[in-house]
Amino acid sequence: MTSTESLIDRRQMAYIAAQASDARLNVELETEGMTLNIGPQHPATHGTLRIIARLDGEQVVWAEPSCGYMHRGYEKLTEVRTYPQVTTLVNRIDWLGSFANEVPFILAAEKLMGIEAPPRAQWIRTILFELSRIANVSLFLGDLGVQMGAITPVFMAFRDREYVLNLIEGATGGRFHPNFDRIGGLKDDLPAGFVDETRAVMKKLRNFCDEIENLLFGNEIFQSRMRGIGVIPKDVALQYGLSGANLRASGVDWDLRRDQSLPMAWNKVDWKVWTHPDGDSFARCWVRLQETREATLIVDQLLDSIPSGPVMAKVPRIIKVPEGEAWVSTENPLGEMGYYVVSKGDLGPFRTKIRSASFNNISIVPWVLKGVYVPDIITILASLYFILGDIDR
Amino acid sequence: MNAASLLAVDLPYWAQSLLRVLGGIVAVLLPAGTIVYVFLFKMMSFMQSRLGPMEAGPFGSLQLVAEVGKWLQKEDITPERADRFIFKAAPLVVLVSTFLLVAVVPFGPDAWFTDFEAGVFYMLAVGSVSVLGIIMAGWASANKYSLLGGLRAAGQLIAYELPMVLAVVGVIIQAGSMNLQQIVFAQNAGSMFGWDGLGNPYLLTQFVGFLVFMIAVQAELTQAPFDMPIAESELVSGYMTEYSGFRFLTFFIAEFATAGVFSLIASVLFLGGWGIPFAWFGWETLNDVDDWMNVVGPLIMVAKMMLLAFIIMWVRFSYPRFREDQLQKFAWKVLVPVSLINIMFTAILKVAF
Amino acid sequence: MPKVPGLIKGLGVTLNTLVRTTTQGANTVQYPHEKEAPPLRARGVIALREDNCTSCMLCARSCPDWCIYIEGHKELAPPRRAGGKPRQVNKLDRFDIDYALCMYCGICVEVCPFDALFWSPEYEYSEPHIADLLHDKNKLGEWMETVPEAPALEAGAEKKGKK
Repeated sequence: MTSTESLIDRRQMAYIAAQASDARLNVELETEGMTLNIGPQHPATHGTLRIIARLDGEQVVWAEPSCGYMHRGYEKLTEVRTYPQVTTLVNRIDWLGSFANEVPFILAAEKLMGIEAPPRAQWIRTILFELSRIANVSLFLGDLGVQMGAITPVFMAFRDREYVLNLIEGATGGRFHPNFDRIGGLKDDLPAGFVDETRAVMKKLRNFCDEIENLLFGNEIFQSRMRGIGVIPKDVALQYGLSGANLRASGVDWDLRRDQSLPMAWNKVDWKVWTHPDGDSFARCWVRLQETREATLIVDQLLDSIPSGPVMAKVPRIIKVPEGEAWVSTENPLGEMGYYVVSKGDLGPFRTKIRSASFNNISIVPWVLKGVYVPDIITILASLYFILGDIDR
Repeated sequence: MNAASLLAVDLPYWAQSLLRVLGGIVAVLLPAGTIVYVFLFKMMSFMQSRLGPMEAGPFGSLQLVAEVGKWLQKEDITPERADRFIFKAAPLVVLVSTFLLVAVVPFGPDAWFTDFEAGVFYMLAVGSVSVLGIIMAGWASANKYSLLGGLRAAGQLIAYELPMVLAVVGVIIQAGSMNLQQIVFAQNAGSMFGWDGLGNPYLLTQFVGFLVFMIAVQAELTQAPFDMPIAESELVSGYMTEYSGFRFLTFFIAEFATAGVFSLIASVLFLGGWGIPFAWFGWETLNDVDDWMNVVGPLIMVAKMMLLAFIIMWVRFSYPRFREDQLQKFAWKVLVPVSLINIMFTAILKVAF
Repeated sequence: MPKVPGLIKGLGVTLNTLVRTTTQGANTVQYPHEKEAPPLRARGVIALREDNCTSCMLCARSCPDWCIYIEGHKELAPPRRAGGKPRQVNKLDRFDIDYALCMYCGICVEVCPFDALFWSPEYEYSEPHIADLLHDKNKLGEWMETVPEAPALEAGAEKKGKK
């Protein structure tokens, strides 16, 4: 396959370039490069990611992410928890879009038990899923500015994200950690007034997207910082297992919401998967902006068509999942998030493998950081968009 | 004549000196405090749909006092490997350059600290002393982030020194003097096509120079979009990383005091300084100006300073920052040629008319 | 219409917000002076109706981080009807929730078969000392006053005979 060959070529080129700059450091200029240790406590890593970068002046010769400073052992913890307890644990993986973490796990358990949530529950699940996507990505859009010194967008993001969090709190009871999803459906139905309120908030969020577009994306300085920086070609993105907006920004038309037939409501409404051919930092941010806008439209359409009925299928009070293995993944705000649940018929899973998007997304950091300047490290990391809880689990 | 003549008493030399020092401190700290409160606390908050500090005093007006108290309480840490003397001297060097700057700014016909013939030249010279302090701070902190920040600051401030000088040259050509007092006079006593109702503020004739000057000021102040040396999201405040307590406060004061002083200088150079168009009251020369201008003049200066500081801060809160190489490219490839062309046209027009 | 440069547009956005904040007020809620009412479903604090508790330990066992401490003993209560046998009831000695550990998942409230635990949206119970976050059964009982009625459901919801 040609793409693999070109990848190897590029790797070789990168290797040769790194060797050459090493040689230049040590021989020509008779200087030693500087090793800059970015993190684990650093404002740009929003968490405890550490990036070891070897610099030639301000140019990165070699960089490597070092993660695990926040490892909480979720995969092991799930082995000693029951299924309802695991739901509340996995909330904490990607803490900005926590409802989206519950869904694939619950779907995997439901798959094992051979039950399916009633349509109304599927609809509400999808609405909350998209709301948590908006809550997550809108913070990304604001944070993007802060990484580059523009302080205003982040406050706008917090301002408008507050409305979404209020919605989630009103429906589920928890602002950050809803723990609303149950095997077989949902804990409760929506409270009265939720639909109208959500419509109003979605309008505000679209306005927020316009504001961010005018304030940040249209800004020539922003574009000069982002365009052509950190380019990830299609084949490299696939090789490194990127997912989500990072992959779509490289021109791969891939969205699990559309491509999979899960018992969720995405296939019932009209929406568009945004892709960008460039694969640079700007493309990644732009795709996320468009996705936020698209998510508000999805929510609007779903609100129009909520079916009536129960929100809970018939499940036993004490949940025992039959023996078996199941893999379910969904398109989370950060990318593909999946759970591989192995059950031995107990109250809790025997083993769970969690595939979180950020861990795979930052695996490309050594590749993409080679040869960029120190300020670009920050913009590239910001545009790759990871959440530390999602990396370290 | 000097500021003391305003009081219509003869003061001994030491009292005059004391008065100047006190006046200088007021002229540096008052704008700094005002800018921090009005723009950094309040305007920034309002631009972000929030209220800013509200608890200390009515509408948070005493927040500054609280902040200063907080910084004074903090432990003054010197890193173990730091070059102690240079580390401690650096903030003072930065602050001193601000005080030196304000020395030549005229606030009224007689209200000035020194009436220096080569005022513009002096202003541009001492303005770059702060670069020295920043490099000292970056190097002496014994911190890689600080070193990177210091080096970036050095590169940036030197690169933007040149457009600033060149932007001012246009004003000097038009006014025919390097004395700031004379420049104010030339603007207010001048006329546009024979109409002297507004004087001749150089903002209109030197608009390109004004733009270049303000951009260079933004860069000199290391405010966004030119805050790469500070870059709190990547270099963790660059050369200020290791500073705490009073020394950080010194940097902080210097930053905003310099913003105030540069706004004052820009208003002198381009907006007509303390003056009102002389034609309104039929003044002919500087000596004709009534004494009450010594009181009204500073107020006019403060108003103009606030206007310019508003623009500086507005840009700061709206824009993301340039990358280091883009900064340099912008300075050398855009600002320098533009200001050179501006000088050329000014010279041609000066000779032609 | 010529394209407005992005730099100018950006300045416009901040100026707009400045004007809007000045004329229509900020989004800030001046917390100690004015308070927002959390939604009725908000999980603020857990209230205990002591009479309903049978110290069955279901909540303590289902808690993911084991922050509920229950002790109880059996007691003979006087018979309901005259001449009947004395009933055996579970008497609660200790019911503590350690809010320093609690992760507000709500599983205990859900599993309780006798409706003894409720969520209250009350949130102002921070303490200077971490040990004071351990609420005993009296304190948990006091929260009962703040428990709201369950909110009405959105149209199309099916009323179920759930607890």
